[in-house]
Amino acid sequence: MTAIPMKRSAVRLLIDNKAFLALVLLVVVSAAMSDNFLTGDNLLNVLRQTSINAIIAMGVTFVILTAGIDLSVGAVLALSGAFAASMTASGLAPWISVPGSIAAGAAMGMVSGLFVAFGRIQAFVVTLVAMTVVRGATLVYTDGRPISIGGGDVADAFWQLGGGYWMGIPIPIYLMFFVFVLCWAVLHHTRFGRHVYAVGGNEQVARLSGINVNRIKVSVYAIAGGCAALAGVVLTARLGSAQPTAGMTYELDAIAAVVIGGTSLMGGRGRIFGTLVGALVIGVLNNALNILGVSSYFQMIAKGAVILLAVLIDSRSQSSS
Amino acid sequence: MKKLILATAVAATMGLGTAQNAMADRIALVISTLNNPFFVTLQEGAQAQAEALGHELIVLDSSNDAARELSNVEDALSRDIDVLLINPTDSDAVVSGVRTANARNVPVITLDRSANGGNVVSHIASDNVAGGEMAGEFIIEQLGGEGQVVQLEGVPGASATRNRGEGFMNAIEMMDSIELVATQPANFNRSEGLNVMENLLQAHQGIDAVFAQNDEMALGAQRALQASGLDDVVLVGFDGTDDGIQAVNDGKMSATIAQQPARIGEFGVTAADRLLKSESVEANVPVPLQLVTQE
Repeated sequence: MTAIPMKRSAVRLLIDNKAFLALVLLVVVSAAMSDNFLTGDNLLNVLRQTSINAIIAMGVTFVILTAGIDLSVGAVLALSGAFAASMTASGLAPWISVPGSIAAGAAMGMVSGLFVAFGRIQAFVVTLVAMTVVRGATLVYTDGRPISIGGGDVADAFWQLGGGYWMGIPIPIYLMFFVFVLCWAVLHHTRFGRHVYAVGGNEQVARLSGINVNRIKVSVYAIAGGCAALAGVVLTARLGSAQPTAGMTYELDAIAAVVIGGTSLMGGRGRIFGTLVGALVIGVLNNALNILGVSSYFQMIAKGAVILLAVLIDSRSQSSS
Repeated sequence: MKKLILATAVAATMGLGTAQNAMADRIALVISTLNNPFFVTLQEGAQAQAEALGHELIVLDSSNDAARELSNVEDALSRDIDVLLINPTDSDAVVSGVRTANARNVPVITLDRSANGGNVVSHIASDNVAGGEMAGEFIIEQLGGEGQVVQLEGVPGASATRNRGEGFMNAIEMMDSIELVATQPANFNRSEGLNVMENLLQAHQGIDAVFAQNDEMALGAQRALQASGLDDVVLVGFDGTDDGIQAVNDGKMSATIAQQPARIGEFGVTAADRLLKSESVEANVPVPLQLVTQE
């Protein structure tokens, strides 16, 4: 298996990831319809806009691989972003505020994970409750008003995380690929990653074969929370302020990206690369609809149709293989 | 402020409110959300006026949920209120709440958004069509009557989106040399305002002015324009939120069409007060808008 030639593995990649075909198709159609789509600037623009959803969705992928679900990521994003904004406003440097926010997000995810694993409550219910509670906590914390990151050197350094460039490429894009590489390595090249798949594939068998299922479950929710928090940091940095209503319905975009990417909601099957592609499908679609000037009333229908089509292509390929 | 609402609510539930001040009339304010600075300020305006006029104001938050709004109305009615001020989550969904109040003979006054049915004594709101026209005229004046204009729309189908858009279009359609090159939705949301503006900058060169149907979208668009070095684009927002007015004063936005949410709340309580004294109240009370530019 390891000796598959490059060409064959590239072909396999396409076959395994029908969502990738959907993405290519979408890019080709958009490029054909507008001259402004396939430019270097616009592609960077799409990647930057996709980064927030992609970072959330990659975290959520871990949860969905264990046959769980996390509805609280949008709310966790909002609260962690608010923490990051107030830490920055009070003069704490990004190397404190960013890990601090991520730790807070991971802790929020961990609490959900504990209830799922040890409380034996369905993930949907636990994270629905977490979503409500964390949204409420965000409102209490922000008093319902945006929190500005303020001015000065510290705020400028923090702003770089969302608005800055390095070698002509926006920082959020690096963050997205960093998270991708990290998630890919953890999922496909560590024992923890294999255990995540095992728990989602068959929890009983995983338990009997000596995997600490509860530990895996708590960990995946913590990962999802941490990723959501990082996305919150990027969003807050991009806007220069944390919005109390930030991330509303982002959990649905994240789940859509995971599903478009071919990860099964039943758990045990899926890839992190698919999730990245899924997030790009959504990002390209939003961008293309704006650039083509599609009327607002049709945009939602177009989005729904494309997502359905992408999932349909993927599910047909799965059942035929 | 939150503590005050809580205290009012607790006092009201425990019956202390009536015990302490048996003569005070009770006015309920069922508000669409307190998760938005605009409505928080509206509520504060109402609260201040209620205190000034010596009424007890009960505030109930519907969290943008029409079902919760209806149960809030029912809860308020069960507390024997004298007037119901309602800021609907949705003009259609609120009708059943208005009818419930009508059935109990409690007069209803709508704030900011109207109700599409039931018996409403008075509607108090900013004139969004006039505001859109004001924005269009300001842009025409700033551009010297010539240029390419972009509009960022609010939530598709919302009345504020329709009315502000209608007013803006009325103004710019008068001028042949003003070209509307794009009009796209960004759902009244700052991060969407940023994304949509970035996308539009990819598609259109030489944009001279942007009208965003609220300040949140304008502030998002401002980030996109700034990142592209387009600091001289005329950028007009709507609502006059704290952040919006701050941005105008800092020169980041050219202008905002300021609603006066505190006065909407204040006018609401004043109208309720007149009803309680059996004085006449106008069916439509327009609350003036203000063009805010850098001082």
